[in-house]
Amino acid sequence: MGALRQNARVVVALGRRSIRQTFRRPQLMAPIIIFPTLLLAVQTGGASGAVDLPGFPEVNGFLDFMLAGAMIQSCLLAGNSGGIALAVDIEMGFTDRLLAAPISRFSMVLGRLAGTAALGAFSAVYYLVLGLIFGAQIEEGVIGVFLMILFVTLSAIAFGGIGAAIAIRSGSASVVQGLFPLVFVILFLSSAFFPYELMQEPASSIAEYNPVSFIVEGVRDPVISTLTGVDAGKAFVSILGIMALSLALSAGALRHRLRTGQ
Amino acid sequence: MRFENLSQQIGGCACHSLAGIGRANVVGGRNGPSLDSVGMAAIEVRGLEREFGGGVKAVRGVDLDVAEGEIYAFLGPNGAGKTTTVRMLTTLLRPTGGTAKVAGHDVVSDAGEVRKSIGVALQEAALDPLMTGRELIRLQATLHGLARAEGEKRAEELLDRVDIMYAADRRVGTYSGGMKRRLDLASALVHQPRVLFLDEPTTGLDPVSRKAIWEEVQALNDDGATIFLTTQYLEEADQLADRVGIIAGGLLVAEDTPRALKAEIGNAHVEIAVCDGELERAEKAVAHLGKPLPSRNGLLLLELGGGASGVAPVVRALDEAGLAVEGLDLVEPTLDDVFVARTGQHLESDGDGAAPDAEPAPVES
Repeated sequence: MGALRQNARVVVALGRRSIRQTFRRPQLMAPIIIFPTLLLAVQTGGASGAVDLPGFPEVNGFLDFMLAGAMIQSCLLAGNSGGIALAVDIEMGFTDRLLAAPISRFSMVLGRLAGTAALGAFSAVYYLVLGLIFGAQIEEGVIGVFLMILFVTLSAIAFGGIGAAIAIRSGSASVVQGLFPLVFVILFLSSAFFPYELMQEPASSIAEYNPVSFIVEGVRDPVISTLTGVDAGKAFVSILGIMALSLALSAGALRHRLRTGQ
Repeated sequence: MRFENLSQQIGGCACHSLAGIGRANVVGGRNGPSLDSVGMAAIEVRGLEREFGGGVKAVRGVDLDVAEGEIYAFLGPNGAGKTTTVRMLTTLLRPTGGTAKVAGHDVVSDAGEVRKSIGVALQEAALDPLMTGRELIRLQATLHGLARAEGEKRAEELLDRVDIMYAADRRVGTYSGGMKRRLDLASALVHQPRVLFLDEPTTGLDPVSRKAIWEEVQALNDDGATIFLTTQYLEEADQLADRVGIIAGGLLVAEDTPRALKAEIGNAHVEIAVCDGELERAEKAVAHLGKPLPSRNGLLLLELGGGASGVAPVVRALDEAGLAVEGLDLVEPTLDDVFVARTGQHLESDGDGAAPDAEPAPVES
């Protein structure tokens, strides 16, 4: 069996384990589904009048605007949860089992990210179905749906890489868990839940250049308008940038851990 | 049935194995054939060192050889360097000095080949409590490149072998400590490794579970596997191992067959329990009858030159000194005595869990 094929098998097997782990441990699943759903419900119910503010993008309803934010929030939290799970693996020695096996050692990270990607795709479908049930409209139709799922899945890998890098570097689940509030700071300083044009300074400027805003707007674009390609392009570049950075950080953290043993 | 007469089986097997392989004193070359005469070494270590940040040297130049088919026990207290050595030999940690080969492959330059040849069961059974036993074995089979059908077949065989088939589809988190260790052992065997590393395989287990693991280890060795195990239990090393390496402070301080190591010590000792506060007076009363050893658990320890015949004079001396003896045992040499002789400390602490802080003399080779 070729080395590439064997490593692919391992990544798939570890990805499946990661998914099972998430579904079997409620504290890993809750951030992906429950928190964003609650926030979506609360904001859609309580702040739907925001669509009438001058400068607010033209949308069919506030839910249409919020869907992308919920999906990316879910992705960020999935990345954080994946990092926590990886750190738990390190703490309990499960990663030693992987490191002592004749596989590429980065497979350990890729397997985790494969699971996070699948959870990202799952959450994209979940929020799409939820949105459609409650009256959201996808302006760009099937292609738009496909693009949304693709962006959310890739975003999960990108954000998961950050969680993985911190998990490997720290080896501590509580450190990764401590980043949980930071996820919300990043989200609220983006256009995930509110257009940055309507924010006050300096939040407005931060949100305008926050890569998460580009990603959210790329996911939101097919929902609220026909595709222009500009938002999708910015989202794609942002995702790839974060992904490249997070994978490089993960690889560096893994090298450091293997070299120093800690 | 499997656990009956276990100590006899283990003792018998170990002796048979030694006789068959004829590899006693491989390193020291004191009275047995050299490693060269019995074939390839499964493990060859030369000057192995590991220094951590802050200048802490966990392993300080270990030399050892383990022959194919041998059970080698690495015995030492907590913090002696056992686990660090195992982690280097299993490619989980890079040495900072020296060389090591496992199954003929260098652990640094040929780490991939080493990983193909070894099975590893680490100290804290590294199991995911959310997986089932069957899922874990199948994952392990995938990690070692077994085809799906072959992996499933191996999972069935191994779960049956370690007697946990009945719990194969239960989550590992529901397993007892002994079941977890047996599952961990099974997972290390999935690819039929040439060399098996077991890091404290029975620490924390009850006696029945411990014996079950011993039985399995012995059976694996009978099937031809080379086994390198670390332990802090004297009895485990004594009963299970063909040869024992005693490590303290990152140095190998003694190495031989358990029998030969104990023979080096030679003499039995008495353990005497006297009333509280009388220990010092009792030591003075019997000091001329043997060699006083460091006391342990409040007991006076005295090495006797003449074995059992030396007990009566000790009792008389204590009586003449007006000391009441609460208990007295004649103890044949143990590996702990070997440890004391080499380091001046006991291997098994007084119960505070602290590792002896001995400055040992390295083994002469």
